[in-house]
Amino acid sequence: MTLPATSLPTALAPEQPLLQVRGLTKDYGAGRGCRDISFTLWPGEILGIVGESGAGKSTLLDCLGGFAVPDAGRADYASRLFGPVEIFGLSEARRRRLARSEWGFVHQDARRGLRMSVSAGGNVGERLMAEGERHYGSLRARATDWLQRLELDADRIDDPPSQFSGGMRQRLQIARNLVTEPRLLLMDEPTGGLDLSVQARLLDLLRGLVRGLDLSAVLVTHDLGVVRLLCDRVLVMEGGRIVEEGLTDQVLEDPQHPHSQRLVASILPV
Amino acid sequence: MTAMDRAAGPRRPGYNYAFLDEATKREIRRKLLKAVAIPGHQVPFSSREMPMPPGWGTGGIQVTASLIGPSDVLKVIDQGSDDTTNAVSIRRFFAETAGVETTSSTRRASIIQTRHRVPETPLSEGQILVFQVPLPEPLRFLEPRESETRKLHALAEYGSAYVSLYEQVARHGRIAQSYDYPVMVGARYLMRPSPIPSFDNPKLDRSPALLLFGAGRERRLYAVPPYTSVESLSFEDRPFRIELPPRRCDLCGATDSFLDEIVADDAGTRIFACSDSEYCGERQRAQGLSVVAP
Repeated sequence: MTLPATSLPTALAPEQPLLQVRGLTKDYGAGRGCRDISFTLWPGEILGIVGESGAGKSTLLDCLGGFAVPDAGRADYASRLFGPVEIFGLSEARRRRLARSEWGFVHQDARRGLRMSVSAGGNVGERLMAEGERHYGSLRARATDWLQRLELDADRIDDPPSQFSGGMRQRLQIARNLVTEPRLLLMDEPTGGLDLSVQARLLDLLRGLVRGLDLSAVLVTHDLGVVRLLCDRVLVMEGGRIVEEGLTDQVLEDPQHPHSQRLVASILPV
Repeated sequence: MTAMDRAAGPRRPGYNYAFLDEATKREIRRKLLKAVAIPGHQVPFSSREMPMPPGWGTGGIQVTASLIGPSDVLKVIDQGSDDTTNAVSIRRFFAETAGVETTSSTRRASIIQTRHRVPETPLSEGQILVFQVPLPEPLRFLEPRESETRKLHALAEYGSAYVSLYEQVARHGRIAQSYDYPVMVGARYLMRPSPIPSFDNPKLDRSPALLLFGAGRERRLYAVPPYTSVESLSFEDRPFRIELPPRRCDLCGATDSFLDEIVADDAGTRIFACSDSEYCGERQRAQGLSVVAP
């Protein structure tokens, strides 16, 4: 039996991918950048992108986050607001709207993602204000709630992040992104530069949040420990290309490509 | 009649009418038309060197120079007063270069150039109020890049403007900004009303007069056409409020005007007097007092 096309569920059939990237290329010349990247991200999935420094991981993420314009390729995204869209062809107004409501971007350096002179509450509330929230009391309540969910002391809501430690800044940056309950979180080395115990705590938090909020995430890292803890699937990049792709356990336990093998072999035994 | 009132007279020879050359005045008028057509939108213009430093009202002077004609009556105020240095020299500048009639009367003036105040006497149709603007960009507090602020204006993304209000409430328990209070013009563009006290913001809303803003150093013009809505930003649960000390003017007894605190003698005696000198003088005259300038 065939159904008429109109009765099919539209944007968010469960079997429909959230993000589908095809042939994404951003060439900075001299071998830098990323070339011909294709992958699919499913709802609720965390995809890790690993590789050495200079493998093109961050370029790829910058393109998806709108911080760089790709030379070629497309990325189809199933939007809550606008239905299925191709993100590189979106108007600036729509792209920015998506970026502050349905997407989050966590920078390695929290200073890039935070307003350092504005209080923690103002940082968390900014996206809500951009989305039209004009009630101070409710801004305050939601900021407090999100600080607590990221295990930040609610008493410090009026302190600027310049007075926060590195780990706290990173958690604040995540709170600032999650407050609008995005569907897609792009993370660039979220645990980079933090000491190991702080990393562990942040990863625990992230795992709980991502599962609890039914988020999908693309996580760029060079730390295979982070991948093992958080990611469902992993892409291995080298020289701007994807050289291996698979389930996390499969890639980490039985790497096929020589580059993946080198990466896995380089994990320090503890 | 006071010292500010001077009939139209001969112009100083050797200068073009109102100092600026005709091509420059035409360019400014063209940009002003654009500014009026897009209320609250900042229009770039080729700000000229003026015979005074930027920061002394070069933007306002260029706007006035491009508009003024022989039949105009000019009033110039600085902090509400007709007889402060800046007001006196700008008034004399136009008396000499354009030969126009000058006045201290808000009612009689056809063009009023102002720094930091809106006159207390309500304006009427046909009048033009020219503001001197030091910093035209309302989003500068949170966004240093000009390319980005233009984008934010184009897309009407004004969430970040509320961040600074949020910070004030978080820090002081209320919106503490008492001057240069940001406004939405025609429910579209966010605008800095120049450093007028927030006390004056309600006077901008649906004003029958044309409001023109000139920023000389930053090379921007913007405008609020008559009867355009001008709404001060606020939170739903922290509405815009004017806060004034419960004082009356010690000279004229006014309770509804913006007061300056003035040290009156060497013993440190302080009086509160209307910042609008013409309004205060009028009220003193009406009460049969001998007029004291604040």
